[in-house]
Amino acid sequence: MRQALEGSQAIAQTVALCRPQVIAAYPITPQTHIVENIAKLVADDKFECDFVSVESEFSAASVVLGAAAAGSRTYTASASQGILLMSEVLYNIAGLRIPVVMTCANRALSAPLSIWNDQQDSMAVRDAGWIQLYCADNQEAVDTTIQAYRIAERTELPVMVCMDGFTLTHTLEPIDIPEQAQVDEFLPPYTFSRALDSRNPITVGTLVSPDYYPEARHAHHQALLNAQDEIIRAHEDWSAISGRSCCGLLRTEGDADAKIGILTLGSVFGTLYEARAAHPELGPVRLIKLRAFRPFPVAAIQEACAGLTDLVVLERALSPGGGGIVGNEMRAALAELPDAPRVHSYAVGLGGRDVPLDIYARALAAVDAPTPERFAVLDAELEKLPAADR
Amino acid sequence: MIEVRIHGRGGQGNVVAAYLLATAAIDEGQFGQAFPAFGAERRGAPVVAFVRVADRALHRRDQVQHPAFLIIQDQALLHVPGVTDGLLPDGKILVNASVPAASLNGGLAANMITVPATAMAKEFLGRPVPNTALLAAFLALTELLPIEALLKALRERFKGDILERNTRLVYHAADQVTKGLWREVSHAASA
Repeated sequence: MRQALEGSQAIAQTVALCRPQVIAAYPITPQTHIVENIAKLVADDKFECDFVSVESEFSAASVVLGAAAAGSRTYTASASQGILLMSEVLYNIAGLRIPVVMTCANRALSAPLSIWNDQQDSMAVRDAGWIQLYCADNQEAVDTTIQAYRIAERTELPVMVCMDGFTLTHTLEPIDIPEQAQVDEFLPPYTFSRALDSRNPITVGTLVSPDYYPEARHAHHQALLNAQDEIIRAHEDWSAISGRSCCGLLRTEGDADAKIGILTLGSVFGTLYEARAAHPELGPVRLIKLRAFRPFPVAAIQEACAGLTDLVVLERALSPGGGGIVGNEMRAALAELPDAPRVHSYAVGLGGRDVPLDIYARALAAVDAPTPERFAVLDAELEKLPAADR
Repeated sequence: MIEVRIHGRGGQGNVVAAYLLATAAIDEGQFGQAFPAFGAERRGAPVVAFVRVADRALHRRDQVQHPAFLIIQDQALLHVPGVTDGLLPDGKILVNASVPAASLNGGLAANMITVPATAMAKEFLGRPVPNTALLAAFLALTELLPIEALLKALRERFKGDILERNTRLVYHAADQVTKGLWREVSHAASA
């Protein structure tokens, strides 16, 4: 039903519809409203689950690891420093191939301390071995959360649903919350094939010698690559039930024969979408929204970028000393193409810096530079810095 | 599309005001979007929230830079730099104050209306929370949405005595301003 809901409220209701049996989370801005709303639903007997209050994010991740290893459907959520504190456990959840679903309410990292939105937190754990799906709006975050359980349970890989903190979590907008019957049809009760069971004891998390470690890592990598099919299928099957479609691995919008493309992740896509509609005079442009960042969908990206001479990558993160995280991966993915587009790599909106509509024109202007920018923070005002730091 | 910026202080229900306005629009079948620009979250600190109302889906996520309307929940905020920045040339300002607009700001007074929302809230709610009275006056002035849409949005958020008191406050506040006085602006902005 179409309702006026804050993003966090919608996620809390959606999580309840997915019937997780164990939830453990520690509050952190801007994830707090999600967990508060879930706690209230549990307290009001709106749905039944073990809601475990913990003393840190490390414990929250540990609780869902253990519960999921024992066969429960689980949920947790965090952001920023909470994701970093979880990071050791996040690697373990993924390496042990435990299907956990979590929300990352994307927020900047310290230092300098910032409570506001960017995507440096989820990007910092991009190599943890989780599937990462980035959402452009709250409806997509709702639908992706439901799909995440299907994907996690079929691939035995954990899924991190990334939604921009404040920009989505604290935005009230019309959101369709599905019916319980629709979610039940899509997500039948789940049986974990390797669930811990005292009647049939197995060992989980044992030491792996050099004889098997490389094979375990290879298998994990391969499982993530194979998960692309499941991500696409989950989207298709949920679209058939819900009547809504966001996208599978990525979405392209705009002119198929455009020579210039702009790629982004998360909520910046919506701003670019309206800017493109408002500024036809800036010429034909293809917009690409990358939904799946892990696995990195190379074939889909190559197809989406076919025919482009220039691709501008706008991402809310950076690797200090390295440059654009997505930008560099895009260069690597496109380098195989015979007429690889030039990749212009930019960070925008770090630490909650507003990303205005004119970011679209600025991104397109960057294409005119004689040599593509290896990397820059597009909206940084360098005159604020001492000359030595520019 | 109509863009509104609401300025207030932590504890005045700034975000709730933005959510109520967008909820009322959505309940009326329109598209609405409301979000805060949080600073340090503490009582008394200046806070800002944004509302967009449109007859088509809203995708953009940028802050409102050029509002057609400003709602100011504390008259002292008019002295804070930037509060009136970006207001459209014909834009209007609704201020919670018990003095006439002319005594607040000579330059902007022609486009400003004051409503003693805190006094009304104290009378009807027993608490100095001006947001619902201001929203009622805003909807009466602009006729952007019917007053009943605000009441419906209030019913989704409050119940019992608080809802009853707010309902009386909304009707009272709406009667204190000239209905439709700012209708032209809201029509022009939504065109």
